[in-house]
Amino acid sequence: MTDISQNGSTPRKHGETLLKLTARTKRRNAAERRFQAYGIGAIAIGLLMLVILVFNIVGNGMGAFTQTFVTLDVTLDAKKLDKKGNRDLDDIKKVSTFGYAPLIQKAFEAKVGALGLDSGLKAKDMAGLLSKGAPAQLRDYVLAHPETIGETVTFRFLANSRVDGYMKGRVTRDSIENDKNITAAQLDFTDQLVQAGVIEKTFNPAFIFGSDASDQRPEAAGIGVSMVGSLFMMFVVLALALPIGVAASIYLEEFAPKTWWTDVIEVNISNLAAVPSIVFGILGLAVFINYMHLPMSAPLVGGLVLTLMTLPTIIISTRAALKAVPPSIRDAALGVGASKMQSVFHHVLPLAAPGILTGTIIGLAQALGETAPLLLIGMVGFIASNAPDSVASGLLAPNSAMPAQIYEWAKRADPAFYERAWGGIIILLVFLVTMNTLAVILRRRFERRW
Amino acid sequence: MYDLAKTESAVEQKDTKISARNVQVYYGDSHAIKDVDVDIEDKTVTAFIGPSGCGKSTFLRCLNRMNDTIDICRVKGDILLDGEDIYDPKVDPVQLRAKVGMVFQKPNPFPKSIYDNIAYGPRIHGLAKNKADLDEIVEKSLRRGAIWEEVKDRLDAPGTGLSGGQQQRLCIARAVATEPEVLLMDEPCSALDPIATAQVEELIDELRQNYSVVIVTHSMQQAARVSQKTAFFHLGNLVEYGETGQIFTNPVDPRTESYITGRIG
Ligand SMILES: Nc1ncnc2c1ncn2[C@@H]1O[C@H](COP(=O)(O)OP(=O)(O)O)[C@@H](O)[C@H]1O
Ligand SMILES: [Mg+2]
Repeated sequence: MTDISQNGSTPRKHGETLLKLTARTKRRNAAERRFQAYGIGAIAIGLLMLVILVFNIVGNGMGAFTQTFVTLDVTLDAKKLDKKGNRDLDDIKKVSTFGYAPLIQKAFEAKVGALGLDSGLKAKDMAGLLSKGAPAQLRDYVLAHPETIGETVTFRFLANSRVDGYMKGRVTRDSIENDKNITAAQLDFTDQLVQAGVIEKTFNPAFIFGSDASDQRPEAAGIGVSMVGSLFMMFVVLALALPIGVAASIYLEEFAPKTWWTDVIEVNISNLAAVPSIVFGILGLAVFINYMHLPMSAPLVGGLVLTLMTLPTIIISTRAALKAVPPSIRDAALGVGASKMQSVFHHVLPLAAPGILTGTIIGLAQALGETAPLLLIGMVGFIASNAPDSVASGLLAPNSAMPAQIYEWAKRADPAFYERAWGGIIILLVFLVTMNTLAVILRRRFERRW
Repeated sequence: MYDLAKTESAVEQKDTKISARNVQVYYGDSHAIKDVDVDIEDKTVTAFIGPSGCGKSTFLRCLNRMNDTIDICRVKGDILLDGEDIYDPKVDPVQLRAKVGMVFQKPNPFPKSIYDNIAYGPRIHGLAKNKADLDEIVEKSLRRGAIWEEVKDRLDAPGTGLSGGQQQRLCIARAVATEPEVLLMDEPCSALDPIATAQVEELIDELRQNYSVVIVTHSMQQAARVSQKTAFFHLGNLVEYGETGQIFTNPVDPRTESYITGRIG
């Protein structure tokens, strides 16, 4: 491309004008313009892909952050819930969720009556608009507040995922022709209730903070618990990979003699960085679970596996950061009589710290998005306990992780779960972008020039 | 050709501070210093001159064992500081370097405050009992480095923010702060402009009152201006060593003469 040979060049004559471009200069300029065009084209394609990706993710996933709710006044009939009338909790507990279903149907009938609507639906079909978890929600409330038995209490129930899908445009009258879970009449009824303000679609924090739910209730599933699992794992990775990685790098970079075996270690660390993550997963399964008998699905094991994966990244970036500290600083410290270790810890390490932090954050971000090894150690546990319990369960109780949860949702048949998978991706991306931005800011902020 | 009036008048007999015998230095297989014998005097400025790559820096770095930090470097022979072998296995190079301070070619202040640059050495060697002590050491060292007046109002400012000449004087002050007995300087003015060079040279002349100073320089004028003794190195050999005045006016070895008259270099 850059031909400095003499092909096609006319010998330059003395006294030639500068105001006219020679053929050779023109060709050279044209080549430069072409090259720039290629570069701009490549960047444009990249940006376009990014825009498409973001639009796709946001378009598909934003729906997961809102949810359709039905507001009903339920009369907690004492005759049904506490037949003996003594408000003994053990007796109240004997009434199963089936015993609560009629209360909800009654509440619907009352609502329809009060609004003067005529849906032509049976009470059971009207109650079919609600999530299958509605009676359980009612029961949990009553068990927590037995004193309210006999009163009429206002509840916000989750709507069924079909109703929710209808509100979001995913479900239409055409798409439900073969659907046993909902009928066109129920959708008409939904329209009436929306008009009356009984059904509304609002922001749903339970998606961000809640736990996963069974196959039957996509409307109740949330990513919060697997977020906790991910945070636990990141804690383990940070606590292990950072000190081990930094210590190993300092030893290799500053203390180890440069011999053939340090070269072997160096090559191996680089190779380790390129090992597919699923290999670490099976290693974790073999070593941590089968051999060391740590529990399956535990964030501790997940964290250990991800630590193995993150170590090479941290070691490589730490060594690069240490290498970037000018040798003159080491000389200066040694020259005033500092020991090797003092020169490293007092002078080199503080200067390398921003680079080390950046590498660590990027390593953590990688680990946060890693899925394959977690599937192998069973970190797709379906955990139905919500925030305080799931957080308190600690490092050894089964948990899930965000990417594994997303994979799990994407696998399920119901399209309502598909939407949640996209929503989970948005949350995961928010974490990753935040971490990477932090890394860039740290680097900019503390970057020094000597 | 050179102004020799001052150096000629300064000739007098001093105690030997460092005495080197049969020193050989190898970098791997290459023989960088060959059989060097030299006696460096106390309270004297000794200049090492010679063409690039002749081993001046290498020999200088033997004197405070900075060569230890180079994996492939091996030193043989005896180097005695006040009669003690500095390469004795019982000697810790860390203690040696507190006694034999070093100033480098490129000013290399720590990226810390001016105060901390000076205070670092005394701190790690436990020279100050308390903050007031340390303040005193810092002031004294900066005065010896002839930079106190310029920086006394901004001791908290970063040392890297000073001009090149100021940075080098700061580095000299930093080296002085650990109370060394010998000061090694490897081309301390090569990165400085003429005015800063003049200031540093003046400072070196003052330092002679208290220290034995060894300075590597590629500038013969500088050697003539600041030193009392001069050693001429060539291809790893110490060709000639003697009074600066004698070396420059009446060299014994033809190689020395060729070098100072500009025929090799
Ligand atoms: N770290 C090193 N590794 C290998 N060879 C070196 C090293 N430092 C210096 N040398 C070699 O030793 C010889 C003397 O170098 P040096 O002492 O730096 O010379 P000067 O300071 O007189 O210019 C040169 O040939 C140089 O290539
Ligand atoms: Mg040199």
